[in-house]
Amino acid sequence: MFAELLQYLLSGLTIGAIYALAGLGFSIIYNASHVINFAQGEFIMIGGMAAATLTASGVPLPLAILIGCGGAMLVGVLVAKFAVERARNASTVTLIIITIGASIFLRGVAELVWGKDFKRLDAFSGETPIQVLGASMQPQSLWVVGTAGVLIVAIGLFFAKTLTGKAILATSHNRLAAQLVGIDVKRVVLASFALSAALGAIGGAVVAPITFSYTEMGIMLGLKGFTAAVLGGLGHGPGAVAGGLIVGIAEALGAGYISSAYKDAVAFVIILAVLLFMPNGLFGKRGTERV
Amino acid sequence: MNALLHGRLTGLLALGAVIAVLPAFLPNNFYLDIAILAGFNAVVCVGLNLLIGYAGQISLGHAGFFGIGAYASGVLVGVYGWPPVLALLAGAVFVGLLAFLVAKPILRLKGHYLAMATLGIGIIVSIVLRTESGLTGGPDGMMVEPFRIFGVELYGEKVWYWVVGVLLVGVVWLSLNLIDSPMGRALRAVHGSEVAAEVVGVDTARFKVLVFVLSAVFASVAGSLFAHYTGLITPAKADFFKSIELVTMVVFGGMASTFGAVVGAVVLTLLPQALTVFQDYQQIVLGGILMATMVFMPKGLLPTLAALLPARRRA
Repeated sequence: MFAELLQYLLSGLTIGAIYALAGLGFSIIYNASHVINFAQGEFIMIGGMAAATLTASGVPLPLAILIGCGGAMLVGVLVAKFAVERARNASTVTLIIITIGASIFLRGVAELVWGKDFKRLDAFSGETPIQVLGASMQPQSLWVVGTAGVLIVAIGLFFAKTLTGKAILATSHNRLAAQLVGIDVKRVVLASFALSAALGAIGGAVVAPITFSYTEMGIMLGLKGFTAAVLGGLGHGPGAVAGGLIVGIAEALGAGYISSAYKDAVAFVIILAVLLFMPNGLFGKRGTERV
Repeated sequence: MNALLHGRLTGLLALGAVIAVLPAFLPNNFYLDIAILAGFNAVVCVGLNLLIGYAGQISLGHAGFFGIGAYASGVLVGVYGWPPVLALLAGAVFVGLLAFLVAKPILRLKGHYLAMATLGIGIIVSIVLRTESGLTGGPDGMMVEPFRIFGVELYGEKVWYWVVGVLLVGVVWLSLNLIDSPMGRALRAVHGSEVAAEVVGVDTARFKVLVFVLSAVFASVAGSLFAHYTGLITPAKADFFKSIELVTMVVFGGMASTFGAVVGAVVLTLLPQALTVFQDYQQIVLGGILMATMVFMPKGLLPTLAALLPARRRA
């Protein structure tokens, strides 16, 4: 009974950590540019595919992850520079379609480069399950949760301590004012895309041994990440992390106790329920509209 | 072009004329079939355009309503033996009620939160359709009985072409009238500045709910007829990508332009057919076209083309 619950909590925590990374990526880009980047899931896919295919052809794992991460950052910067920044003054809907176009485009390129089939990536440190109070846990889960934890702390420090981090924060509060004090807001947008891409790609690489990698792996992960970001209050970093963990754990509990077929619906039922009562998410500030 | 955008009656007549003469230029049923599919998409897009273009609200879940209509017809007629007309109406009423129930709280939300909520509804609908295989046939979909009315069975592309053509003209006519009514002006006010509209006494929530319900019902009716026409429906018709496709059609053709929505639906229905020559590059080209259109023509195809004809507008 307790072991079962613990089992669900552990698997929920694992996948929740990936949602948290994706949600954080949504929040960072949203803060810097007020764009919802529907290509966030594709960054995860690039990381996962690069790690799986490069290691298969003999590249050491850390290097493979690094290359995937660099590739995703480059793609992120290109999307920001050639699509998002150019449509700076377009409406919300237009910007959403641009990022959706980017995600379709990237999936197309990925299919061309890597093919449509599932790629396997070996777990980083074996597959012998670890027993925890009667529940068993894949060692890879520790890698996922640990990596996500380190990245989240690093992002927190980045925004609190570094000049670039502070510049991104300033831009998110007031783009014009940031520009007036000499912040290059265009570079800030590019940096935010690169940062989110890196988060996604590393997340994709560590989760690949659990989920397998394939060109469409980013679709649901991306949408759940968006759910996490909205649940926590769009643009609220710690909120996105909390949102990701809540969605992951609720999903695992739903799959375990209710129905595994409706696993993917759980996140969306939660978000609908929360939005009905808290239109700005759990931690979002109540917005006032300027006339 | 000018007439298309500004003259209500002229535009409607032009649309009717195009629909009337088009079959003469279509060599066989294959092309007629594509025209019919474009027509169904156009019906949904005209409704969705009311919501996106005039009420300034985005829905990423409209395929869910299309899917409910389609499956209401499939299940009620096929499993429970209802007459198709009754099943279509039942689907439309159900979708209308569902849209009404979710609209009030959700349309209070702004921008991205509304996108999230409608996205959630759409995904939940498609998961339910995929999972309840006892009724819906699961991921493989289900066969749908042909449409019968007063003992006459609608059969073949030639018949369905006119059914969809008449439906489209009717929906466009309704939409144009709505836009020119006091309610339409209220809607545009909502789009311009919701606060300002409220201050001058427009009941913004009521209008938004009405348009949301109306656009959902359009989608449901189109879904029902589509199911009868193709004879086979799958959950893919209700999923996230179909919703995205619909929004894209509206935005591509031109937001806040009823005929733009029709043009967008037609072009983007044809595009994948044309792109099959690119084979493996299909997704790349599609994604590229989406990005390029939005970057270079953020207002959409028809309004951008219309703006290129300033001389005629003055005339």
